[in-house]
Amino acid sequence: MAKTMFDKIWSAHEVATDLIYIDLHLVHEVTSAQAFEGLRMAGRTVRRPDKTLATADHNVPTDGTTVSRLIADPLSRKSVETLERNCAEFGVPIYSLGSDRQGIVHVIGPELGVTQPGMTIVCGDSHTSTHGAFGALAFGIGTSEVEHVLATQTLGQRRPKTMRIWYSGALGFGVTAKDLILATIGRIGTAGAVGYVVEYAGPVIEALSMENRMTVCNMTIEGGGRAGMVAPDDTTFAYMEGRVAAPKDWSAALERWRSLPTEDGAEFDIELEVKGEEIAPMVTWGTNPGMVVDVNAHVPSPDSFETPADRETAERALTYMGLEAGTPITGIALDRVFIGSCTNSRIEDLRAAARVVEGKHVAGSVRAMVVPGSNQVKIQAESEGLDRVFTAAGFEWRSAGCSMCLGMNPDILAPQERCASTSNRNFEGRQGAGGRTHLVSPEMAAAAAIQGHFVDIRSWS
Amino acid sequence: MDPVTIVSGKVSVLDRADVDTDQIMPKQFLKRIERTGYGEFLFYDWVRHGEITIEPNPILAAGRNFGCGSSREHAVWGIQQFGFQAVVAPSFSDIFYGNCTKNGLLPVRLDEEDVRAMMAAGEATIDLAAQTVTFAGRSVPFDVDPEIKRRLMEGLDDIALTLQLTDEIAAFERKRMPPGPDTTAL
Repeated sequence: MAKTMFDKIWSAHEVATDLIYIDLHLVHEVTSAQAFEGLRMAGRTVRRPDKTLATADHNVPTDGTTVSRLIADPLSRKSVETLERNCAEFGVPIYSLGSDRQGIVHVIGPELGVTQPGMTIVCGDSHTSTHGAFGALAFGIGTSEVEHVLATQTLGQRRPKTMRIWYSGALGFGVTAKDLILATIGRIGTAGAVGYVVEYAGPVIEALSMENRMTVCNMTIEGGGRAGMVAPDDTTFAYMEGRVAAPKDWSAALERWRSLPTEDGAEFDIELEVKGEEIAPMVTWGTNPGMVVDVNAHVPSPDSFETPADRETAERALTYMGLEAGTPITGIALDRVFIGSCTNSRIEDLRAAARVVEGKHVAGSVRAMVVPGSNQVKIQAESEGLDRVFTAAGFEWRSAGCSMCLGMNPDILAPQERCASTSNRNFEGRQGAGGRTHLVSPEMAAAAAIQGHFVDIRSWS
Repeated sequence: MDPVTIVSGKVSVLDRADVDTDQIMPKQFLKRIERTGYGEFLFYDWVRHGEITIEPNPILAAGRNFGCGSSREHAVWGIQQFGFQAVVAPSFSDIFYGNCTKNGLLPVRLDEEDVRAMMAAGEATIDLAAQTVTFAGRSVPFDVDPEIKRRLMEGLDDIALTLQLTDEIAAFERKRMPPGPDTTAL
């Protein structure tokens, strides 16, 4: 019987029924402290430190601090120092503050080349789905599961169902991978893929760069799916070749990886089709990523929702967001712009945003910042002069970390501040208590920073 | 983990859909490295702003897609340490549901109509062995994976169970070629 890519990876990793082997365990400070403490209390060790890699990202300040003991916030400092101590005690390699390989966990895995096709990858972080862009099975886990993987290098899992979303045609000018995934979540809803591993396929996906595929897979969890995947192809291999952890026997690796894609006739539990041409630049208006519309649309009326529960949810979202139904999206003025996060902080995201702002200047009412996803991205961007493009345009150029995606570090919104953000969640208070988040692509965020309100990137110049 | 068999008592109502883990346990409390002390921060912003009041009863009832968003297990610790022993909702996010079962917080999926009826009843008894929720004089069955049920009822330690398979894991590692990237050699 024809097999899906997921089927092949799953069956290659079954140690026992519903127990799968984990090829790579990524670790960060927020979800690991209690897991290491659990090991210590039970007298257990890390089974495979050589399949484990840690970095500090959520709590790190982006002001250029290069040593954890200089982090001003005492709780953040303790969190990062605890990670460093735990890694030293258990022999886990770590790129912490000050390392030129430090960065957001979902940015450094791919850029080092430790994220590879056919692997199983987990991390105590829901955006672990990012790594599926390489044709890996990658998903987020809780802290108890982190402890389980540290101790056993395996994870108990029920086999998930499979969904394939086929993107036909091509994306229009100015329409990005971010718009594609926001439009998809808008269609299936925030729980549309609960219980499923999602394979993104079709000509639109094949035409995407690796950075863009990572953006798509990254937000799988916002539609409820734990893992998103894209079949590895020449784009994947070109991205990986020469990276520090890339396989030494490259031709053998290619042969293996080329056998991974889903075979013709393989069956999925659900299949959807989305026409690339029908996707427009998207902007979220509410308090979850499914509350999203075309940039040329208006803030919807709660009355337009079917059920009383949905109407109430929409009303509460509008109140929180300080928006009135019927307002044109392009009429929404902004206080802040954030370009960064594990969704959109890679070199190609920064290049795209820099092209938009080159020679222009951020609107007087807006504070805008660019936060590279890793030190490697920062170094690369600076070598290309992107930092100078951004600073000349009035953006702050920061150091690597999760930054304002989730406000666990000094980069936060003040109450009622309104932000165009390239991150992944517009939940209440996500970027700071009372802060109002609109999710967009890097290009849309960059243009909004210049104009002071949202614009349709396709007609803006 | 303490065994879970019967949860019985009053129901606290949170009649909202898509309650994400950022609301359940806001990010500023995730800086803590301890596993306890989260109860007082449950639904921190909503409670602080007077949007909701929530009593520490045995059962929490909520709307669909409860626990969506971040994988933070702190959300489960907060609910449990506040005093809840079970959460009943029409649906849960995958990661949150799993996190509940690892901590002995009983997640129960019922149809939306039944969740509303249980909210109205104000009291309920959840019997994990029988897989029923009883309220207002009637019993509603619920589904749970048999292995999850067994581990919850016996209060089993997942890691200890898997470590019994150490030989199988070692055999898998020996035959697995190629071994994959070595993170200690970068």
